[in-house]
Amino acid sequence: MDKSIIEKYQPVIGLEIHAQLSTQSKIFASDSTEFGSMPNTNVSVITLGHPGTLPLLNKKVVEYAIKMGLASGCEINRVNFFDRKNYFYPDLPKGYQTTQDKAPICKGGEVVIRMKDGEKVIRLNRIHMEDDAGKNLHLAGETDTLVDYNRAGVPLIEIVTEPDIRSSEEAFQVVTEIRKLVRYLEVCDGNMEEGSMRCDANVSVMLKGATQYGKKVEIKNMNSIRNVQRAIDHEIERQIELIEKGEAIFSETRMFDATTGSTYGMRTKEELNDYRYFPEPDLQPLNISDKWLADIKATMPSLPNYLYKKFTTEFGLPEYDAQVLTDAKEIALYFEDLCKHTKNYKAASNWIMGPVKGYLNELTLHINDFPLSTQKVSELIAMVESGKVSFAVASQKIFPEMINQKGGSAQQIAEKMNLIQESDTGALQPLIDEAIAKYPNKVAEYKAGKTNLLAMFMGEVMKLTKGKADPKITSELLKKTLDNLN
Amino acid sequence: MKRYNSLEEVRSDLSKGLISCRSLTEYYLDNIKKKAHLNAYLEVYETEALAKASEVDQKIKEGKAGKLAGMVIGIKDVLCHKNHGLQASGKILSGFISQFSGTAVQRIIDEDAIIIGRQNCDEFAMGSSNENSAFGPSLNEADTTRVPGGSSGGSAVAVQADLCLASLGSDTGGSVRQPAAFCGIYGLKPTYSRISRYGLIAYSSSFDTIGIISRSVEDAALLLEIMAGPDNFDSTVSHKEVPAYSKSLDFGKKVKIGYLKESVESPGVNEEIRKKTQDILTTLEKEGHTVKPVEFSLLEYILPTYYILTTAEASSNLSRYDGVKYGYRSSEATDLQSLYKKTRSEAFGAEVKRRIMLGTFVLSAGYYDAYYTKAQKVRRLIKEQTEKILSDVDFLVIPTTPTTAFKIGEKTEDPISMYLADVFTVQANLSGIPAISVPAGNDSQGLPIGIQIMTKAFEESSLLAFSKYLTSKN
Repeated sequence: MDKSIIEKYQPVIGLEIHAQLSTQSKIFASDSTEFGSMPNTNVSVITLGHPGTLPLLNKKVVEYAIKMGLASGCEINRVNFFDRKNYFYPDLPKGYQTTQDKAPICKGGEVVIRMKDGEKVIRLNRIHMEDDAGKNLHLAGETDTLVDYNRAGVPLIEIVTEPDIRSSEEAFQVVTEIRKLVRYLEVCDGNMEEGSMRCDANVSVMLKGATQYGKKVEIKNMNSIRNVQRAIDHEIERQIELIEKGEAIFSETRMFDATTGSTYGMRTKEELNDYRYFPEPDLQPLNISDKWLADIKATMPSLPNYLYKKFTTEFGLPEYDAQVLTDAKEIALYFEDLCKHTKNYKAASNWIMGPVKGYLNELTLHINDFPLSTQKVSELIAMVESGKVSFAVASQKIFPEMINQKGGSAQQIAEKMNLIQESDTGALQPLIDEAIAKYPNKVAEYKAGKTNLLAMFMGEVMKLTKGKADPKITSELLKKTLDNLN
Repeated sequence: MKRYNSLEEVRSDLSKGLISCRSLTEYYLDNIKKKAHLNAYLEVYETEALAKASEVDQKIKEGKAGKLAGMVIGIKDVLCHKNHGLQASGKILSGFISQFSGTAVQRIIDEDAIIIGRQNCDEFAMGSSNENSAFGPSLNEADTTRVPGGSSGGSAVAVQADLCLASLGSDTGGSVRQPAAFCGIYGLKPTYSRISRYGLIAYSSSFDTIGIISRSVEDAALLLEIMAGPDNFDSTVSHKEVPAYSKSLDFGKKVKIGYLKESVESPGVNEEIRKKTQDILTTLEKEGHTVKPVEFSLLEYILPTYYILTTAEASSNLSRYDGVKYGYRSSEATDLQSLYKKTRSEAFGAEVKRRIMLGTFVLSAGYYDAYYTKAQKVRRLIKEQTEKILSDVDFLVIPTTPTTAFKIGEKTEDPISMYLADVFTVQANLSGIPAISVPAGNDSQGLPIGIQIMTKAFEESSLLAFSKYLTSKN
């Protein structure tokens, strides 16, 4: 479509992100939440909704939801109710989902994203707790639908944004930030491909400058952050095209098809669904005491935004460095720890983003499996800083050797490998003298004004020192020696 | 063998060696066979009950028997009993076997109760006559052309007709007290949340209580003592301490007794029941207790409030019976929609369907506030007014039912008149307070009359002691 047409319109986007909490057991039963078990093995009578069963709230779920709320600056609701959302579907064993409709555990809050033109605050509407459904399976060659209830009752939090998002790029950043947050908090693995984090987008468009939002369409089934962006892009174009043709947009749910990059309509009938929410009578209202809340607060880790600000202001790092370093908590914490051993923060950042990440990527290792302590890495930084070795030698020769040897300081290894730069004028002088003595003719030419011969003498000294001479000091000393010759 | 009226009598004969648990169980099994026409049991566990009886006899010999040794019990077909059939007297759970025992059932098993079978009731405990059972009505032994009441009809008949010593039922709106009254025995509905609901098929979660039907106050007290209390499988259960009810049945003080004027004066109350109630109140006054009428201005709102809220919850609680996971599935289904529609249309009875539809309606968008929200508010008012009355008097004494047992088929065409059978019992469920129906003799036709006593939440001790006292004065 013509870009000028697209640019007439303002997309308005809100996201609903479901994050499966990484608790050991389900939200209302003690069944395991393990992913990938044989179908229908993590299913107790409670999960299966057998007659006579009652839900039992897993307190860990509440704690995880509160953590996410605290991290997002939400107000924590101190008296919590659950509600039943009633509908029929084979993967829903009780015939209703147990969720929070009227009193979500977290209200308000925000997610901060960084776009090219600066920071933008996306407001959250709420975060609430609920149980996941099972999975309908349609196997090849099987005419019946099979149902696996292992996932039924796995705890979810649903994070709902306000319709503050104005482009698919912003949506991409919001999901990225939320995924980063759940991973920092270790409440969800954030894996969209496995479905442990799922994102639905409500998309509408309106003419720029308009105040009335257009009819919103819900899109589902995006299994990566990239696909969230693609699906939104497609949906924006589809809606603009309809409007341009003078056609109406229907409020509906559409599925994203990753292979075609387009969305298609589904279950229009269910749009008429009336979920008949009412308070869950099988669970006591849950009170969150001051003490409980304080205990949860005390276990909160450093958050990406805090670390980003610390790295850019306190450590003076470029924004790019801070962004890359805070992408994953463990890297950020490693870096933060490294900075306890060195004040050369930019060098520390370069080491992490360069050699350390390179090594991890090459072996597909996690930073937690990285063999060198921050103390060891700081020794390398110090050696380069003091001019004993160049960054190239440190990163390409000493660093791999330190990893291989799993012991010994950087200094010891460098010495053993004979890599210390000769910066000691006492040690260099005899070698310079030797180089000069070797070429009396060239000395004469130099003295006659052919000063570019200095490079030739430098090369000679380097040969004699096997490349270990500090170039700057050698050059100065060499020049002084030649100039002082009669 | 003689008819036993309490576990104490059984114990006495057991200790004298006059009977054994086995012979007692054989006696009940024999009675069940003889009185099969009463249709009290859906399934009898003959072999298992006899085996358990022998085991308990052995335990008694060894001095290791539990508190309920010698008690033969029947359980309503809404209580989960591991590896036993469970179908709420309906078709939709056809073939269903419970994979666990509910907390209350497990607790009586642990105390050596002998469970003899599961008992007929109204489908999903919805009804006041036991006529809504997919297995046909249970019959009142006092007059087999009449209903035993409901929904715990089979459980009441079993105790009435000496087919067990006591039954466990459930009471959502009077389902234990009303049939107890119709059958001339005791029916106790404890405070809501006093007994764990884990293992009780849900009809209306915020009303449901497991109840006890017995031939003596003592047995009700003992069973309550054993079943009540905290449970890790029900987060709504009360954590209040459980008193030793069976050891605090003495009643010596003078108390204040209130009665609802409407319950005695209303033309809807049967003449003989009215007279009986007045006689009892007069007797109590003569005994030195204070007896006074109390105003309860919300009586007319009781049934509408009850039916809106219970059907709302029921519509959701019964959603799980969809033909997908267990129980009945229509063989006519061709796709998902028809699987749901045909399964539920074919397998649920008319009253259950009526309540599911009513409940679905009152929760629907556009009607929710007018019905459900308003009914919640009225429920709170009823609870508050009831509590206020009970802060002024110690007990409320009113008839359990406005009439004695009615004829089979008499009210089946008119659901509203059927619902009116519960008019005096639902107040306790709406308020969550404990209530008991105490037998108060028969009317001129030989039909039993029940008197209901209500008191403050968690005051079962005084309720039971007063019931025993009232029985002695009756």
